[in-house]
Amino acid sequence: MNRHLLSIHDISAPQALALLDTASELRKISDGPMKKLPTLRGLTVVNLFYEDSTRTRISFESAAKRLSADVINFSAKGSSVSKGESLKDTAQTLQAMGADAVVIRHSASGAAQRLADSGWIAASVINAGDGTHEHPTQALLDAFTIREHFPTHQRSFAGLKVAIVGDILHSRVARSNVLLLAKLGAEVIVVGPPTLLPVGIESWPVTYSFNLDEVLGEVDVVMMLRVQQERMADSFFPTAREYSRSYGLTASRLARIKPGGIVMHPGPMNRGLEISAESADAVNSVVLEQVANGVLIRMSVLYSLLGGVPLVTEMVEADAH
Amino acid sequence: MLIKNALLSNDTLVDIRIEGDLVVEVSPSITSEDKEIINADGARVLPGLVDLHTHLREPGREDAETVLTGARSAVKGGYTALSPMANTNPVADTAGVVEQVFRLGQDAGLCDVYPIGAVTAGLLGEKLAELSAMANSHAQVRIFSDDGKCVSDPLIMRRALEYVKSFGGIIAQHAQEPRLTVGAQMNEGAISSQLGLTGWPALAEEAIIARDILLAEHVKSRLHICHVTTAGGVDLIRWAKARGIAVTAEVTPHHLLLTDDLITGYDPVYKVNPPLRTESDVQALRAGLADGTIDIVATDHAPHPTEDKESEWQSAAFGMIGLETALSIVIKTMIESGLMNWAGLVERMSTAPARIGGYVGQGQPIEVGSVANLLVVDANESWEVNRELVSSKSKNTPFHGMVLPGVISYTIFRGKVVLRAGQHIEGTNV
Repeated sequence: MNRHLLSIHDISAPQALALLDTASELRKISDGPMKKLPTLRGLTVVNLFYEDSTRTRISFESAAKRLSADVINFSAKGSSVSKGESLKDTAQTLQAMGADAVVIRHSASGAAQRLADSGWIAASVINAGDGTHEHPTQALLDAFTIREHFPTHQRSFAGLKVAIVGDILHSRVARSNVLLLAKLGAEVIVVGPPTLLPVGIESWPVTYSFNLDEVLGEVDVVMMLRVQQERMADSFFPTAREYSRSYGLTASRLARIKPGGIVMHPGPMNRGLEISAESADAVNSVVLEQVANGVLIRMSVLYSLLGGVPLVTEMVEADAH
Repeated sequence: MLIKNALLSNDTLVDIRIEGDLVVEVSPSITSEDKEIINADGARVLPGLVDLHTHLREPGREDAETVLTGARSAVKGGYTALSPMANTNPVADTAGVVEQVFRLGQDAGLCDVYPIGAVTAGLLGEKLAELSAMANSHAQVRIFSDDGKCVSDPLIMRRALEYVKSFGGIIAQHAQEPRLTVGAQMNEGAISSQLGLTGWPALAEEAIIARDILLAEHVKSRLHICHVTTAGGVDLIRWAKARGIAVTAEVTPHHLLLTDDLITGYDPVYKVNPPLRTESDVQALRAGLADGTIDIVATDHAPHPTEDKESEWQSAAFGMIGLETALSIVIKTMIESGLMNWAGLVERMSTAPARIGGYVGQGQPIEVGSVANLLVVDANESWEVNRELVSSKSKNTPFHGMVLPGVISYTIFRGKVVLRAGQHIEGTNV
């Protein structure tokens, strides 16, 4: 395993599958009597959050604590960062404090890579979302969730069709998911208004469509993306209602998803905008599973990056004895 | 002073004798009792380079560059004239500021420093700066530019083009449609889509070029397009020239060599405005420079202190230094590729910029009676760029670690050696 997790670009399909496998093993332990593993005892994980994201932060915090790591939450708001301290100074401060891993969420694309490449800090860097670039743990947890629902696709997603719907242009979730799903063999279709698909999308390993209704009936997974209200002000689409009519997962669209198909959303959801309440709460909506799986995936990532022995091998050996 | 065994741009080997600030003799073999004899030993001796696009940061950001350190950087790169842009603090939009910069250049005494004046007051794009006052000042400004910002209001641009005709001025436009580049971080295309960085589309440059060449045609004035970066921009300028419109254009060395795929590591040393484009743009720029559609090479030397480049991409400053590497990059991209000969290089880097700026005593052929602004470069030698060894006060070169052709050993400014054996003459100007 690499020292950092910055982008899905940096990991191979076998490495990704190994992370999913480790998450599966960790769930078995979590479901057992002793929830907490001593694996990362004595190690310090810093959650360095330049953007508010309570969900992602507590998911990482929970993951680190279940592995017995010490957790420090460093929020940019109210800290010296808001007084103009540079990323470099913050990084060097964390280095001096002995951080073993830094989980970074930042509004600037590439911030995690800058932190990792700069030589300012020796810790493992985990990208918890950088601007409109990537959110690799989200893609891993989404892949984990998909795998749970398609038992015949444990080692490959070949034959699965996934639609990613909404604001592709500004979505780090979409970028990471496109890369990972393609690596695992899935066929990915990104769907959205032309204003919200990036120029240059022809270089992505996807097909794209402007028409959700044409795509909906043929996919196994519908992944809805959050639409920021402020995009309206920038004329990416005229009104929330028009967006919802064209690209929202309404009850009638929900009904057209093929049997066995699932509905995903990285959260937080704008109910009534990109997803209706019926779709969000539907039996084939896996939104809450995504949240639960998020903790397992982040445990798996921390475990693997911070030098935990390969868990699957360990288990196999334990069984052998 | 006598320069022996000088290989001129026309491939003839001559000796050159200099008296005072003038070339007094050029012939195959000169013997003289001169105290200072430089043996070029078959290296190229060329007219000193002239840069029409430099950022010197004084007044206001002397931590990044001063007129003196910029001039030192210039002579290291073989330049004998440079033209600092107006985006200082305070802005060079009054006679007072341009005269200050002009005097600082004279005090440095290393090369001519001809300030460029702002087109609009405070670079705000709202009303014209006092262009006549700058033109009539000691600095005798002839080139006006809001560089760093586009004169985007078409009416202000029209007025500026018209107004400068009375004193033979020229407007140098930074072509960037502001609404199409809100928050722009890099070239818009495949790489920006993958990196999640806001795109700076080629058309935002081309739309302004198209508008301004039509304005220049309409009011019969002179337009200069700064740092062209796109294949479409080259096509538009080629069309304008064919129509007889008085437009000239420049390309930077970095846009002749570097492409946007270098940005995948998010290293802000590659962050520049206008941004690095694609390989097909690079090829179009080289072709445009070779066929004369693009008249000159200009550095857009843009020094920044380390802290302004040592950050996340998004918050890092735009710009690269370039005075010390420009000649080597042009040798590499244009001479070694066979696209241009040495006479072409001299035209694009010395003669044409001096002509556009009206810089007296610059860009002259090496012949009897010319002002002795010269450089000596060995094109057969190469060197490794090292940001720790630059003469600029800033280290933000994207070429660090590259091995480039062309080692400059001497720069002679108005008959005075200002760079000897690649070294500055210490103590004379500091």
